Amino acid sequence: MAFYDKLFSALGLSDWCGTSDDKAPLSLADLAAQAGGQEASGPLIPIPSFDNLHESCNRVWQSRDVTNGIEEGFLAAKPVLKTVLDPITQPLSWMLDGALWLFEAMPWFIMVPLLVAISWYASRSRPVTIFVAVSIMLLAVVDHYDVAMQTLSIIFVCTTISVLFGVPIGIAMSKSDRLQKSVVPLLDLLQTLPTFVYLIPLIFLFSVTESKLYGIAIILYAIVPVIRLTDLGIRLVDRDVIEAANAFGMNDRQKLMRVQLPLALPNIMAGINQTIMMSLAMVVIASLVSAPGLGVNVLRGIRNLELGVGIVAGIGIVLLAVILDRVSKAALTRVDKTQVKH
Amino acid sequence: MTQPMVRLSGLYKIFGACDKDVLHHVQDGMGKEELLAQHGHVLGLNNINVDMQAGEITVVMGLSGSGKSTLIRHLNRLIEPTAGEIIVQGEDVMQLSEDGLRHARQEKMSMVFQKFALLPHKTVLKNAGMPLSVRGEDEVTCDREAAKWLDRVGLSGFENHYPAQLSGGMQQRVGIARALTANTPIMLMDEAFSALDPLIRTDMQDLLLELQKELHKTIIFITHDLDEALKLADHLVILKDGFVVQQGEPQHILLNPNDPYIEDFVSDINRARVLRVRSIMTPLVDGKVPKDADGEVDVNDTLESMIARSGGDTSHAYVVKDGEQTVGTLDMTELVRALVPRVASEAGARQS
Ligand SMILES: Nc1ncnc2c1ncn2[C@@H]1O[C@H](COP(=O)(O)OP(=O)(O)OP(=O)(O)O)[C@@H](O)[C@H]1O
Ligand SMILES: [Mg+2]
Repeated sequence: MAFYDKLFSALGLSDWCGTSDDKAPLSLADLAAQAGGQEASGPLIPIPSFDNLHESCNRVWQSRDVTNGIEEGFLAAKPVLKTVLDPITQPLSWMLDGALWLFEAMPWFIMVPLLVAISWYASRSRPVTIFVAVSIMLLAVVDHYDVAMQTLSIIFVCTTISVLFGVPIGIAMSKSDRLQKSVVPLLDLLQTLPTFVYLIPLIFLFSVTESKLYGIAIILYAIVPVIRLTDLGIRLVDRDVIEAANAFGMNDRQKLMRVQLPLALPNIMAGINQTIMMSLAMVVIASLVSAPGLGVNVLRGIRNLELGVGIVAGIGIVLLAVILDRVSKAALTRVDKTQVKH
Repeated sequence: MTQPMVRLSGLYKIFGACDKDVLHHVQDGMGKEELLAQHGHVLGLNNINVDMQAGEITVVMGLSGSGKSTLIRHLNRLIEPTAGEIIVQGEDVMQLSEDGLRHARQEKMSMVFQKFALLPHKTVLKNAGMPLSVRGEDEVTCDREAAKWLDRVGLSGFENHYPAQLSGGMQQRVGIARALTANTPIMLMDEAFSALDPLIRTDMQDLLLELQKELHKTIIFITHDLDEALKLADHLVILKDGFVVQQGEPQHILLNPNDPYIEDFVSDINRARVLRVRSIMTPLVDGKVPKDADGEVDVNDTLESMIARSGGDTSHAYVVKDGEQTVGTLDMTELVRALVPRVASEAGARQS
């Protein structure tokens, strides 16, 4: 006899529950107990879980109904979601594939000088530029140039899209406290959910062979800081300057373009720096769902216990991370300096 | 009298969510402290009635928290009033549409701020040209006008500096140049010189007076400093806890304070430097020029210069001239009497 029988009879719910003869196998523990020929002997007072209550009352759900329910619900919604989301996200696949093709097709003797030139243009710092050149050569020497370029192409696309969407969202949030209040929990969620967790529904929605699958996963994860810091940056703009803008009759657009965005730029740049770093972190995990690049080698290291392969790829990721960080930080300080503080 | 440039009538401002609902308490005479204690609303302005004449400098003075900034921000509706009328050049600012209001801010009144409020990422030239570029003028015009006014405030050569590279005084010159570039009839100056050190401050006051002599703008100037107020004001408005305690010609207020609050204010200042002959002279009756005068003085001479001139001898008397015309006589004994604040003289009278 189950522990909660008395509870249901005391509440007069025995009839509603139906007969408890129904001896459908309940759980693995029960099966084991039955095999042992005795009643399952749990703790003195079992925790009132679905499964335990179900033992006393057939009408109560079992926990596996919950997981089944979620799965069925999701599967039922899938065709609708797919017809909506598929066309919308299709350009992402094209962009990712296109960038991948471009980065790979470009001969190294053009690509490497180009990257070094971009670093110089963004940072205007000799040490940073030299560091970039040396790091890329190091990666090339150990034959990791190609995979590094694949990773870079994904980061390039995902960061661009994150900025393209993140900055306007951040601007909208800074204008409306209501919007901010409703978006912040969502951002918190995106940032705290273990990255694997939102890979699961994405795998259901899109096929693993499509590049937008990892693209979406990376963007969802990496867009958060740029949104947050755009919002923060605009909110932190000196109120006196905003008042002056109003007093001279600027309209909202002029205020945004001439005052708020330029003054928030250091914060926005800091957000972009974090977005780049987070897409790099995610691109490694995304190799689980067929994202190419350095992450694949790390994964191989783990799966096949090939220590050397894993570590070299790991060092490659670190190098890439330091390059991206240094270049974007140097660009940030450059912007900061033109806006000398009071 | 001609129509005033700016007229505030029956203006009330209460800060808080239900300002309209608690307004009647204030109109029934509830004070700032009571309102805060009983209804949780802050009284900003209480029944303000002020006329500001074209071409004059109207100075609004009061201690910190008396509502000066609140008052000046009503003229261009950076703050919305709870009740009352704001008429600028005969037009009710409260009736303006959003576009109309923006237009008024661009074309009618420009503002100079205590903390300068320049755009840190723009050069001095672009900052000064901002009001014009907001109106959609082309860059050449903006730069030309900006350069002209920067030169006028003594900043030529600094066009390509950034604000942070300039001292406070120079930054405020940029602020003034920006307001002048806007070429508006009205200039609002909220404690424009309060953040500057005393010497620079005097320079800036002189600059303002010099510009005003030539431009004849309607200037509304906020300050908490009586010396500054007396130096600049054509019309002085004294605020306390959101209401006007006294307003009028500054010399008149100085000689006839109508409230202990103002007596306190005026008791500390150097009266000899502020008071002018015209305020204390005996006006001429039936055009008779006294024969025993020791010389001629101008109506606008300060008492300080008179004391220096007479060598401190109180037996002298002078003829007062306004240009060519004789307008009155000045007895040095009168002058000495005027140097003593009214409170003190009353106290002296009571003792004897
Ligand atoms: N947004 C606001 N919300 C609530 N109370 C306010 C607000 N703005 C001003 N006040 C209150 O209104 C009163 C007048 O403020 P105001 O800034 O006009 O004073 P002020 O005379 O300019 O003082 P200061 O010399 O310090 O600049 C003060 O009591 C202040 O606390
Ligand atoms: Mg103020």
